[in-house]
Amino acid sequence: MTRIVIDPLSRVEGHGKVTLRLDAENRVAEARLHIVEFRGFEKFIQGRPYWEVPVLVERLCGICPVSHHLAAAKAIDGIMGVEKLTPTAEKLRRLLHFGQVLQSHALHFFHLASPDLLFGFDSEVAQRNIAGLLKNYPDLALKGVRLRKYGQEVIRMIMGKRIHGTAAIAGGMNKALSFEERDALLENIDEIISWADASVDLAREIFLSAPGCRNFAKISSPFLSLSGKCGEHELYDGHLRCRNAEGEIVFDEIADSGYAGLIREEVKSWSYMKFPYLVMLGTEAGWYRVGPLARINNCDLISSPMAEARRREFVSDGWPVHAPLAYHWARMIELLHCAEKIRELLDDADITGGDLRVETAMGREGVGVIEAPRGTLIHHYRVDDQGLIEMANLIVSTTHNNRAMNEAVLQVAKQEIGGKKEVTEGMLNRIEVAIRAFDPCLSCATHAVGKMPLRVEAVDAAGDVIWSVEK
Amino acid sequence: MKTISLDGAMVPLAEGQTVMECALAANIPIPHLCYLPGFAPHGSCRLCTVKIDGRFASACTQPAMEGQHVEIDTEELRQVRLSLLRMLFVEGNHYCPACEKSGSCRLQKAAYDEGMLDLHYRPWYPNRQMDASHPDVLIDRDRCIFCELCVKASRDVDGKNIFGISGRGIDTRLVVNSKSGLLADTDISAQDRAVEVCPVGAILVKGRGFEVPIGKRLYD
Repeated sequence: MTRIVIDPLSRVEGHGKVTLRLDAENRVAEARLHIVEFRGFEKFIQGRPYWEVPVLVERLCGICPVSHHLAAAKAIDGIMGVEKLTPTAEKLRRLLHFGQVLQSHALHFFHLASPDLLFGFDSEVAQRNIAGLLKNYPDLALKGVRLRKYGQEVIRMIMGKRIHGTAAIAGGMNKALSFEERDALLENIDEIISWADASVDLAREIFLSAPGCRNFAKISSPFLSLSGKCGEHELYDGHLRCRNAEGEIVFDEIADSGYAGLIREEVKSWSYMKFPYLVMLGTEAGWYRVGPLARINNCDLISSPMAEARRREFVSDGWPVHAPLAYHWARMIELLHCAEKIRELLDDADITGGDLRVETAMGREGVGVIEAPRGTLIHHYRVDDQGLIEMANLIVSTTHNNRAMNEAVLQVAKQEIGGKKEVTEGMLNRIEVAIRAFDPCLSCATHAVGKMPLRVEAVDAAGDVIWSVEK
Repeated sequence: MKTISLDGAMVPLAEGQTVMECALAANIPIPHLCYLPGFAPHGSCRLCTVKIDGRFASACTQPAMEGQHVEIDTEELRQVRLSLLRMLFVEGNHYCPACEKSGSCRLQKAAYDEGMLDLHYRPWYPNRQMDASHPDVLIDRDRCIFCELCVKASRDVDGKNIFGISGRGIDTRLVVNSKSGLLADTDISAQDRAVEVCPVGAILVKGRGFEVPIGKRLYD
């Protein structure tokens, strides 16, 4: 038995590694994505005051802090008995989150994923990065940078900082959007929408024209996401909806506070990332996917016209779409949706209103669920009678996709490495390409921080390392 | 007119003034934390350490005298202040990123002003008892820098005498003057000067954190 280790994974957020076990004929017997860092946010926020939590937990991530901030704020609203925000506060939170998803999707597609897609999985490793992209596709790379910058500007105007600012407080928001800030954001929004639309074209063309994209790492699973009242695509607030692999509803219109009855988490000794599963389907069959692909497959419509037209195009040739590389196409449809919704919200008179907060009354427990860029994000807190956190449960987007990523890795390993005499860098990169499609944030998923490590080791049956490669 | 030399500038001196009061009246900054006009100087944080005629002294407690030569803005004193600030940081749990006092904290401001870029010393990570027993006011003892401003404000302004400092060395802590030792058994109010005067995030009004947006905080 030979063991191959890819450690660290590159161009994903956080630390992780992959191990493959090959039998005597080099057939893949097992593939595992290990998440090797531990942080323990759920534990160390215990004993802290509830109003501190949205700012404390946003430090889980430097890419999607806003999603953690807002999920926590929604949970704190629940603790404080807040059922409805003022129109201005809710629209500001939505605007903030559209900015977050826009910048994160732009970062992932242009900085992390597109080098694989544009240069090819086997291309020279030295150019397969954002620097190579800037050299060979300068216009495209700069548009990616500027798209992200725009999303970051939306965040900065509302939170005071691009990363790790403050905004949401129990029952509302701490700052109004000024007319000057609104006008500054409106100035570029048409260009942003135009670039986002072109990004959908690019992702679509790559998926449809590149050989093997449809069948690359192909897996089939149920999909989980939030859904709006009319079954529309929803990122900030809604009910839980799940479709099975054939697209049939498994459950729908479940209040977010009911998540605990639907999802449980399994722990495995070889990873700090837990393995959630749908209770009704059991540990083996209950794995599912979240994120852009799940959201686009799950929704009945998108509430912005250009993105809705793109969604119809996406599902026109077979639905649900299961190919992991279709995540990129779905992600760009969401990027366009965010840009359209940002314009809609900036044109709304409520967005510059001054009524930011409703009255609160101390309770004990709250659940906040939001669609973060990478998928459904669940924050659940209980406080004691003094207002200190006594229980925290965070189920992070990437965690939902844990089993799916493992399954995708197994498929690629079987396709690309199984039975081959020599393992090349390109083969190993294919495994990373499969993982990158999910845009995993391993820091969030382990509630952990750090740099991404990729090392490959071959280990003989006795467990001794025969060879290793590091990049 | 009597004068005193502050970094070479001749500054008028009034009867009974301290070096700190002379400097503040002349708009010459001396970094400080535990000193606050209106309260008797305490000299506990030592951040206002200056050199008077070649000898170290805390500017807030040292009487100003005619003809004194006071050094304030020197590299030697900057290093002293940096060391003092670093020790204050490592002796508590001062996690600015998630602290609601961030942007309005005098300890944080002093660290920024002095160009403190790291802790240098090994953090102690204290685990002192938090007191959230009162419905409106909370004590996070791990952020207390023992400046005693709350002690003086509660005793001299609020007339309640709620706070005190107890213990020695690493066991020094802020204590509450009630039978149970808890804030819930005192008559403290969120409007008390003792609450407002805390220069760090040790005494807080409950549920108010992060209401002031970035850009509008005291030291933004």
